Amino acid sequence: MSDHDYQPSSKLGKWFNDRLPLLTLSNHLQEYPTPKNLNYWWTFGGILTFCLITQIVTGIILGMHYIAHADLAFESVEHIMRDVNYGWLIRYVHANGASMFFLAVYIHIFRSLYYGSYKSPREVIWIIGMIIYFLMMATAFMGYVLPWGQMSFWGATVITNLFSAIPFIGESVTNWLWGGYSVDNPTLTRFFSLHYLLPFLILGLVILHIWALHVPGNNNPIGIDIKKPSKDTVPFHPYIVIKDLFALLLFLIVFAFFVFYSPNILGHADNYIEADPLVTPAHIVPEWYLLPFYAILRSVPDKLLGVIAMFASIFVLVILPWLDTSKVRSAIFRPIYKQFYWFLVADVLILGYMGAMPAEGTYLIIARVATVYYFLHFLVILPVLGRKEKTLDIPLSITEPVLGGYPNQATTKNNQNIKEKL
Amino acid sequence: MKKFLKILLFISLISNLNYVKVFAESSAELLKVDWSFKSFFGKFDRASLQRGYQVYNEVCASCHSVKYLSYRNLAEKGGPEFSEEEAKAIASNFEVIDGPDSTGEMFTRPARLSDKFVSPYANDQEAKAANGGAYPPDMSVLVKARKGGADYIYSLLLGYDDPPADIKLDDGVYYNKYMYGNKIKMSSPLSDDLLEYSDGTKATTEQMSKDVVTFLMWAAEPHLEQRHKFGFRVIIYLVIISILVYFSMKKIWSRIESKI
Amino acid sequence: MSESDKKKPNRRDFILTATTAAGAVGVGAAAWPLIDQMNPDASVKALASTEVDISGVEPGQSITVLWRGKPVFIKRRTKAEIDSARSVDLKDLKHPEKDEDRAKDPEWLVMLGVCTHLGCVPLTDKGDYNAWFCPCHGSHYDTSGRIRKGPAPTNMEVPKYVFINSSTIKIG
Repeated sequence: MSDHDYQPSSKLGKWFNDRLPLLTLSNHLQEYPTPKNLNYWWTFGGILTFCLITQIVTGIILGMHYIAHADLAFESVEHIMRDVNYGWLIRYVHANGASMFFLAVYIHIFRSLYYGSYKSPREVIWIIGMIIYFLMMATAFMGYVLPWGQMSFWGATVITNLFSAIPFIGESVTNWLWGGYSVDNPTLTRFFSLHYLLPFLILGLVILHIWALHVPGNNNPIGIDIKKPSKDTVPFHPYIVIKDLFALLLFLIVFAFFVFYSPNILGHADNYIEADPLVTPAHIVPEWYLLPFYAILRSVPDKLLGVIAMFASIFVLVILPWLDTSKVRSAIFRPIYKQFYWFLVADVLILGYMGAMPAEGTYLIIARVATVYYFLHFLVILPVLGRKEKTLDIPLSITEPVLGGYPNQATTKNNQNIKEKL
Repeated sequence: MKKFLKILLFISLISNLNYVKVFAESSAELLKVDWSFKSFFGKFDRASLQRGYQVYNEVCASCHSVKYLSYRNLAEKGGPEFSEEEAKAIASNFEVIDGPDSTGEMFTRPARLSDKFVSPYANDQEAKAANGGAYPPDMSVLVKARKGGADYIYSLLLGYDDPPADIKLDDGVYYNKYMYGNKIKMSSPLSDDLLEYSDGTKATTEQMSKDVVTFLMWAAEPHLEQRHKFGFRVIIYLVIISILVYFSMKKIWSRIESKI
Repeated sequence: MSESDKKKPNRRDFILTATTAAGAVGVGAAAWPLIDQMNPDASVKALASTEVDISGVEPGQSITVLWRGKPVFIKRRTKAEIDSARSVDLKDLKHPEKDEDRAKDPEWLVMLGVCTHLGCVPLTDKGDYNAWFCPCHGSHYDTSGRIRKGPAPTNMEVPKYVFINSSTIKIG
């Protein structure tokens, strides 16, 4: 397919398209050749787009009723929950939508890790994705501050105090962040402003993310380069659209269970107590999606090093394309990497659990081991594995294993194996 | 596809385990009540809500505010559903400060439906001073503000007991099995036949606890019934449209030789 | 198009049409809460009425009070003003209404102080009828608040009100 060859059929369409090639873009998006062996783990890109739009729409609506003021924020949230028409629904969708967004983004990231989607030539897609992820965490954190409950207030206090670890200028930086000597009204109003702004930056980055994706095209479960368009691809519309839609609907069922039947299960009871600068809740715990990083932060005994470790745990993901030296993308053909992959999944889950537990005794020891292993995985295991691992033979085209043909002698012995893995 | 569904199932199981874990954390096992508002079609027991309001009004309201409730809420659908006349009569028993009038003076008048519930104290400081330094929390969202929710408040109301030998209590501090740290500054608020229910129900401590917790649950989640109703419809709709989309997808993909 | 499509065109059309239709219904239903949230909320609707003390208003005087975010004119009319309002021939009016219908108690005229043209607040005791005059686009109202000259299409609106006693009016 060549986008340059596209010509709109109508005269008006042609006139417009010559001036602004929107129709070419639309045609490109419809015809975009997609590997036909994408499995359901590839539907989360579409789901994430839906999540972002939902958060922006419900967020704009909540912004119409919310009052960003330390004395009125909590009350205005109750006003939304009680008096605004369907306000309870919109707020619960927004609050649980954040969790759903992170659930989807974690699946999306781990899919990429499994199938090696971050490798050449897709490094830029991956890095943009990591920036989006980082902005998502910042946005979610600031959003959680807005209801001005106890967890909002103390969460904001703890996280902004991270910056006080910076040598010499730490205190000036925190005072600058707060607009005062503690988290207070100026902090709340700037967080509201930024919480409103960042999603639009994320939206812009998502467009770049998709643009960067459309240059090399999708990776696929086999992880091999494919010719496009070819018999290995299908047009994005309607094949992938309808499949993404189906997956989205299943995702929405899970979403709906949370919104309608346990809307507060993912939050903290303490956030229904209005912020009180004189009383700290017994357990300060961030939202579940930040727990692994929180565990890393707490497992380092030094304040500054803890903060550095936490940011490093995200940065190490950014440089992942250069840490993983293996030329083979998909874990299907990397038997040893595959095991380490599941170790990493377990490690991150353990870190998440430790982040929710008090930082003492056995919990702390386990958290430290898990933190060390996290960095070990990326900084030692992956580079070494790329050189030492004996990978399985890779098929020449994705049609081959799917159709069960045996055109390529070199891959014959793996065919049965591959079919099971798919 | 099957693998995908299996993993989804696995994730949901794990999240359920977490759920159990969160509740198992509190010091004593909470008393469980078969609340009418739990479950997919859960609704409030109307009579219990009305009795619960009576308990709130005659017992709790002397110290605890519910400042986010309005008198009009008492007559709204999904709540205690007092008639509008009854709700007006309830409101008119309370005095609110209004004004300033044309001479610049503040004045009191009987409350109207549009007014918020009148608080027992003018401000937090007065509330603290009148209660030996312990602030009686506002009860508007109390059920949502405590781990364990309705079960916890219910357990707390019935959790007063003589302290074990190794716990020494100061004056004005009471022992409660379910309170965080087991020490509470509120004396046991309920006792059998403390009040006389207008509908003739026997006012045992358990009955009053159950009623008042039901009332507080409604106060915290006034749209709970609507939420359950909507949830059921939304999920049924999503299941149906998922099935339709699934068959549409099969149809579309049948145009090419490939499995989905 | 493969073979199977040609064999069963009806079923395929049916499935796709049903899916599209059901999807449209769902999107519509989901859109409603997003729209309805901008309508007046429950706390706004509950503030529908206000009580006004009129004991200090002398004949010929008028007061302006706020009701539902809009000004309400309460005018205690003099004998001359009542007579001039009641003697008008209905045929001369752009929007014929009897003064008897607008002011239940002839001494008291209660109406929304909002010009029916584009929503400005008219000035009191001004204009050709020495009653109300809207400075925005020059609409003249008479002593009954009826439009007599200018671009406004209708008379100023009379809200629902009752005299609770001789010195208090409840509007709304």
